[in-house]
Order: sequence, then structure tokens, then C-alpha cells
Amino acid sequence: MVWNLRLYVANQTPKSIRAFANLKVLCEERLKGRYQIEVIDLRENPQLARGDQIVAIPTLVRRLPLPLRTIIGDLSNSVRLLVGLDLRKVDWPSSGRPT
Amino acid sequence: MVKGPSGPLGEGDPRGGAMTPPLPASGRSPGERMKQLTQKKKASQPSSKTLPKAATGIQGLDEITGGGLPRGRPTLVSGGAGSGKTLFGLEFLVRGATQYSEPGVFMSFEESIPDLTKNVASLGFDLDRLVADKKLFVDHVSITRIEFGETGEYDLDGLFIRIADAVQRVGARRVVLDTIESLFGELPNPGIVRAEIRRLFNWLKQKGLTTVITTERDQPDRLTRHGIEEFVSDCVILLDHRIREEISTRRLRIVKYRGSTHGTNEYPFLIDDQGISVLPISSLGLDHDAPAERVSSGIARLDGMLGGRGFYRGSSILASGTAGTGKTTIAACFVDAACRRGDRSLFFAFEESPQQIVRNMRSIGIDLEPWVRKGLLQFHAARPTYGGIEQVLLLTHKRITSFQPSVVVVDPVTNLLMVSTQNEVRSMLTRLVDFLKTQGITTIFTSLTAAGSLEASEADVSSLMDTWLLLKNIEVGGERNRALYVLKSRGMEHSNQIREFVLTDDGLRLLDVYLGPEGVLTGSARVSQEMREKAVVTFRRQELETRRRELERKRRIFEARMVMLRAEFEAEEEIIQQTISESELLGQEVVQDRGQMVLSRQADSSSYKKEGRAKAAPVR
Repeated sequence: MVWNLRLYVANQTPKSIRAFANLKVLCEERLKGRYQIEVIDLRENPQLARGDQIVAIPTLVRRLPLPLRTIIGDLSNSVRLLVGLDLRKVDWPSSGRPT
Repeated sequence: MVKGPSGPLGEGDPRGGAMTPPLPASGRSPGERMKQLTQKKKASQPSSKTLPKAATGIQGLDEITGGGLPRGRPTLVSGGAGSGKTLFGLEFLVRGATQYSEPGVFMSFEESIPDLTKNVASLGFDLDRLVADKKLFVDHVSITRIEFGETGEYDLDGLFIRIADAVQRVGARRVVLDTIESLFGELPNPGIVRAEIRRLFNWLKQKGLTTVITTERDQPDRLTRHGIEEFVSDCVILLDHRIREEISTRRLRIVKYRGSTHGTNEYPFLIDDQGISVLPISSLGLDHDAPAERVSSGIARLDGMLGGRGFYRGSSILASGTAGTGKTTIAACFVDAACRRGDRSLFFAFEESPQQIVRNMRSIGIDLEPWVRKGLLQFHAARPTYGGIEQVLLLTHKRITSFQPSVVVVDPVTNLLMVSTQNEVRSMLTRLVDFLKTQGITTIFTSLTAAGSLEASEADVSSLMDTWLLLKNIEVGGERNRALYVLKSRGMEHSNQIREFVLTDDGLRLLDVYLGPEGVLTGSARVSQEMREKAVVTFRRQELETRRRELERKRRIFEARMVMLRAEFEAEEEIIQQTISESELLGQEVVQDRGQMVLSRQADSSSYKKEGRAKAAPVR
């Protein structure tokens, strides 16, 4: 199962650069050899922002495996990133929300 | 619109490691603002001296705002659910594109594009066509719920890029964000969202885009849910949708409009198949002309009671009375006369259907049908419960504006009390009368009064009226007859007498008043009085006739007698005359005889004396 990850950025802002870096690190760590990262610069393809309904930058979309997962932010919070990508099991406290 | 290589905010190339630009200070520096103002003036509508405005094309709104919304600035439109914010935004864009050649971008954060299209189709706007013609761009921002919180810093450049792209595609001058506060619900970290929204507004201002931002108002003391009204300080409009006693009313209020004078009142508005209509009537306008021209009331003797010439053009007339006193009839006579002159008339019927009115008037010889056919008379019938008092006011305003009549009838005005309080009715009528006067429209209002309180209950409304006709039923001798007073008529001398009026087959007639020992007489009492008087006159005449004849007779007798006397006299005269002449004659003869005798005797003697001639003449 090759993971298809799309990172939406707008120009090379520090956030975007950081996001890409963080993503790369994680993918090398957890998905070595079975991932594919696409970086979409929305300023060059603004219509994709519309088509893929992107509002926040950076946004990471896991397109494969399904289901689609959308994660926003520069991916510095790796716990949330892993949870978001469904790469980490979560202890659900009684409140029902992941910590 | 959007500058190419630098970022969507035009802040220069951030590739060199520059941070996203610092958030601009909330107040603009004077220099910056001056620059913005001078820039905008080139492309603006000439309206306010202080602030250029973008006309909305929404009926009534441009009047209230003195030209439209502030150009190149954000306007906040706040209201509860179903108050019409989305339609407001859409109409702003659609009219901007079709009437003012300003393409627009609609960013919808809640409704989908098919839903939007369907909604505005009912207003007569074809969204699909406008999009196809590149006059409008509609984008639906649908954010999947971020379930696990953000993983780090982020901004809303994605949204910015979408808006910038849309603006560029159609060359937009107007933008609507409906409702941007949805972002707060979809995205974590309200701090970031607020900051980004602020940045967005500044960007829109920089681009000179006239923007409408709608927000949902859930509490009466706040305009927005998340406080973004801080960022929109140029213009704030509130839309209100109230239900009171089962009648719904919509109101609009300009809470703030910096740099422009604006009415601060609530203005009622309605949404119909032509979009939003705001009623721009303010109750301050006592600034209308007073024409001196007079128009006939359609009833000759009524004109006579009104200084001989009828009503002033543009005046307000109240015809009040209890049920069945003929108020509608008077109004119909006026309308008939107006149409005959060629003036257009608008008849608002709140009680009877137009067909019924026409039929009823026909029975007294007034035919309104031909005027309707010729387009000089228009009826509008609806019970006020259909929409509430403000809706009534709005509808009347709309119809008057589109039909441009010279004469208006509101029959009856008291039906409005069914949907409102007396205060509100009065307030509404004040505005309506003001509006009518500024248009120079002569108006008749009919008013149903409760029996026994003819003048008292009308005190509120009657002060708005220039002329007040009071219609009464007079009960005398077991009958009720109709009568009319001119209670007041400003600016002219008017009769203070009551007149009876009668509905005949040839129309309405006003009759003189009869004052008998019991007071005013009407109906059969009048008729009998008339007959009595006629009898008196006839009797007198007959008497006169008789006397004359008697005189004549006496003269003839006298003359006859004279003739006779004369005849007698002449007869006697003749006899006496004859006697006289006979005796005269006799006398003469005697004298003559004697003379002769003397002569003959003397002759004898003389002849003897003379000569003893011959023998004496034979003695006779």
C-alpha cells in the first residue's frame, strides 16, 4: 500500500518549508519506501484550492489509503500528525477526545 | 487586481525568508487613508462629498445611505437566521454586475452553489447565466471538520488564494463573504482565524473591493458571534426579522456609516419577486410644496362647499363615518372625476374586492370599468393581514412609485388596525402622507368609525389630514338618511353646514339642508317639508290670483256703471239741450213776431203820417 500524501503550500513560506521538512522526516521514519509526497503550490494552481477545498496553508491530505484525511498546520506537532494520519493508536480517555 | 509574482497579498516576494507581513494596525494612518480615498475617487459614483459610494441598486437602500455602500470598504450585514443576509449579498452582486458593470465574487461558506442558485431564482436572478457570462464568480468554501486540532502554525492563504483567483477571473469590483464566521466553527484556534480575517479585510481594502460581510447574530446585544465587527468599522447594517402577533415584519437599520449621514431609524423592507425593497420614508420630511391648484371632488355641490373649487391638489382628505355612510362612494366619485380629467388613479382596497366596488358604483351610475381598461385606474386589493403594516406601507410605496398616479384612495385605513396598534398605524400613516405630499398626490383616506364616537376616535389620524369630511347617518322620524359635513379644510373657506346626500341612479347628489322646528330634516321629513312649503307657495299664489281677479271684476263693474251713467246723462243732456234750444227758438220767434207786428203797425201809422198818400195798405 503506497501512501499518497499531498501537501498544499502557498509559496515557500517558513511554515510551508517546515511542513515539508516535518513530513519528510515522518515518512522516512514510518513509511519508508511506501510513500509518495506531492507538493502543490496553490499560487501556481489556484483552481486546485477550489477543487480540493483548501483553506488553510499548509494543509496535508492523505489521499491513499482511504479514507481521506485532512490535516492543517506545519506538522510540528508530531503526535497530532500521527493521530491525524492514523499511524498511532490512541488512548481514548473518558472524555472521548484524544489528548 | 491581483499582482502576479508576489504573494496573494501583494506583500513582496517572501522567498527570501521574510515572514508573512505583520498584522496591520487596527487604525489606518491618515496618510494611508487619504491615499486610498484619492485612489478610489476615480472609479466611484459621484455621491457623498466625504466618501465615495458604490450603488447597490437595491430599491430604497441607496436613498437611505445617500448613494450606496462605502466603496472599496467592507460593510457588515448582521442579522438573525432567515433575515435575508444572503439575499442581500447576492442582490448587491447581481445588480452590481448587471446594472453597474461591476463584476463580483460570492464566497459562500454555508450554502452550496445549487442551493444559492435556486434561492435567487425566486428573485428573478439567473445566477448560472451570470456565472457563464463571467459577470459573477461563485465559490463554495466547504471545510471538512478538522478533527484532531492543528499540528502547528497555519494561516488562511488557501482562502486568500481562492478569493484572489476568483477576483482576477472576472475582474471583480465587489465581493461578498457569506458568512465568514463559519470559519470559526470549522477551524481550530480562533486566534489565528481572527487575525487572518483581519488580514483578509485589509487585503480587500487594499484592492479597493467593495465588500459585504454577513454575520449571524444570535444575541440581541451583539452584532456578531465572534466579535469581528471590530474589524469592520466603516458601515454596519442590521437586518431584523420579527414576528409579532403572527405577522412577520422585516426591518433594516444602519447602525453605523462612518463619514456619511444616514437615517438612523429602522426602515421596513420586504423581499419579493423583484428582490429586496427598502422603504426609504423618513418621518422627518415636512418639506414638501403646497400647490395652489384645485381639483374637483367629482361632486359639484361638494366643490361648492369647499370654497367653490374643490380640494387642493396634493392634499390629504379624510372621509370618515360609520358603516354604510357612503365613504367608498365619495372616493369613487373623486376617482371618476380624476380619470375623466386624464389623471391616473390608484385605489387601495382593504375591505372589498375591486369587482365589488365597481359593481356597487355602477348601481349609482358611476362606471369605473372603462378607466380600468384604459389603464387610468388601478385597483390593489389585499387585506392587511396578508403582511403586516410595514408590508402594507412598502407595497403601497412600491405601487405608487411604479404607477405614478395623481390620485390615491386608501379604503379603509382603519382596517390596518387589525394588524397593528393605533400608534403604529398613525406612525405608518404619517410616513405615507409625507411621501404622498412630496409626490404631490391627492389622496382620500376613508375611515370607519364606531357609532357614537364620530369625532373623538379620529383625533389621532385627522390631524394629518388637510380636509375632513364627516359622513353621518341622521335618524329622524323612523328613517336613516345620509348627511355630510365638511369638518375642516385647511387653507380655504368651507361651508359649515350639513348637507344631505342621496345616492340616485345618476350618481351622488348633495341637497340643501332643511331646517324645521325639530332641526335638520332629511329623507322623508325633508320631502314632506318640501311639499308643505310648496303647498304654501301654491296657496299664496292662488290667493293672489283670486285677489287679482276680484280687482278685475270690480273694475269692470265700475266701468260698466260708468258707461251706464254716461249714457243716462247724455240722454238727459240731449233732452235738456233740446228744451233749451226750443225755448230759445220760441223766444226768438216771439220777439220776431213782436217785431214784425210792431213793424207792420208802425208801417201803417207811418205811412199815414207821411203823406196821406194812398189808402192804407191792406190790413192784415
